[in-house]
Amino acid sequence: MSDTSYSKIIYNGLWVNNPAFVQLLGLCPLLAVSNTVINGLGLGLATTLTLVASNVMVSIIRHWVRPEIRIPVFVLIIASTVTIIELSMNAWFHELYNILGIFIPLIVTNCAIIARAEAFASKNTVSSSFLDGLFMGLGFTAVLVTLGAMREAIGFGTLFQQAHLMFGEAARGFTITLFDDYRGYLLAILPPGAFIGLGFLIAGKNIIDKKRLAREKLLSAQQVEASAVT
Amino acid sequence: MHSSPYIQNNENVSRMMLAVIYALIPGTLVYIHFFGFGVIINILIAVITALICEVAILKIRNRPIKPFIYDGTAVLTAILLALALPTLTPWWLPALGAGFAIIIAKHLYGGMGYNPFNPAMVGYAMLLIAFPKEMTAWIPAETHGLNFFDTLNYSFFETLPAGMNYDALTMATPLDSIKTQLSLGYTLDEIHTANSSLFGNIAGYGWEWINIMFLVGGIILISIKVISWHIPVSILGALAFMAMIFNFSDAGSYPPISFHLFGGAAMLGAFFIATDPVTAAASNKGRLIYGAGIGVLIYIIRTWGGYPDAIAFSVLLMNMAVPMIDYYSKPAVFGAPNKG
Repeated sequence: MSDTSYSKIIYNGLWVNNPAFVQLLGLCPLLAVSNTVINGLGLGLATTLTLVASNVMVSIIRHWVRPEIRIPVFVLIIASTVTIIELSMNAWFHELYNILGIFIPLIVTNCAIIARAEAFASKNTVSSSFLDGLFMGLGFTAVLVTLGAMREAIGFGTLFQQAHLMFGEAARGFTITLFDDYRGYLLAILPPGAFIGLGFLIAGKNIIDKKRLAREKLLSAQQVEASAVT
Repeated sequence: MHSSPYIQNNENVSRMMLAVIYALIPGTLVYIHFFGFGVIINILIAVITALICEVAILKIRNRPIKPFIYDGTAVLTAILLALALPTLTPWWLPALGAGFAIIIAKHLYGGMGYNPFNPAMVGYAMLLIAFPKEMTAWIPAETHGLNFFDTLNYSFFETLPAGMNYDALTMATPLDSIKTQLSLGYTLDEIHTANSSLFGNIAGYGWEWINIMFLVGGIILISIKVISWHIPVSILGALAFMAMIFNFSDAGSYPPISFHLFGGAAMLGAFFIATDPVTAAASNKGRLIYGAGIGVLIYIIRTWGGYPDAIAFSVLLMNMAVPMIDYYSKPAVFGAPNKG
């Protein structure tokens, strides 16, 4: 990626090259923990932190690492970052850590992270690598939270349940009950719901992209027409 | 369908679907006799929902509505789904299942003729996973004492006549109770003597007659050449074969062949569900493999799996294998050199 203008990096991470929607990377944790908004938010932020830290470090050392051994070095950096984040979550967000369980150490295996290290951070400046990590991570988090909200709303009929896991005791009241007397829809909480939900989200993104493309085409055609007339 | 490619006629499809629907009538009538008017209510709700969804989706997809509605596939899907549901259910259960079957299992995969999975069974599997409690509670055959209005009342308002209680009224099916009792360590003889009213003469009170009538309907379909014999025969053959082997080895803990063939939904599945031409294998050899796979899977899931009956999961799993079966069982092209 040679174009490193900041706004482009941001747009890339959040939309055009969104790790979950477009690159379809890191789907295992995405599908496994997106059953509530809070779980999704927790894992998304942990992944974002890892992405930022690993991207920055990889970018700093990019001139000194020989290309033959770059992948093991990246893996070491990512593994240490994840370990730090895992231990800190265990210390400060213990309950959330217990719920997310194996998926926090598994951030190591999230291909989105090594993909950004290899494809972006090892070739770009520290500041743009930082931005890339941040917005790729936020793009991933956005999908996790959206999918989590969909599944939680359909599956439990609530939003933001167990918010105290992230925001402390004061947040216990955050929970919004969408439907009173809701029986629950188990399918949405179980893994099939994650696959179906992600399918709909990706379809929705493709529809938006298609509409936008059609509108741009129409616009440019009108401009050509207008310039031909004058 | 892999008939002659130059014959493209919607009339064929709708005539076939109509024949299948007619052949379901005897089994359905006996089903109503034993399990009440919930059957009819479920069928009506499912059919209406399926038609509404079909029209809506065809409109969104800019497809002609009339030919696709009149081909009858949506109606048949809805009927098969409704026949698989418990008969005392709230109205949203068949509605949700039929909607899911038509919108997600049929149209998102390309609509009539393109869906890889049997839509009715996708709807059923979805309901079973999402609502395990509602989907496994059946009213007792014939002795439930509910009339048409009681059932209708339950369907829409979830209220039962005074003195009746949903949990007390409903019970497990013969397949389900054999499974739980066996896991508790009872032998088949003990289970049979303890619940003699549930098990009837061959396999299950009521269930055996429903299965016999679906068998009759299926044989009629084969004799008028609407379906070929390969799939039903290989399903029932494989299921019977598995049951025979294990029943021989330990008659105390593996139910006999008759129970497997007439105690659950084997006949409905073998003749009406698995034979769906869109999702089944194409060649006769492929159909035999496809059917045998379903039969073996039914036995495995019923005996060692987590669910009492297994038609839906077996059919869906083998649907997944159909492209491979078709690939390896392609009939030789006329005039091709003989490999042997």
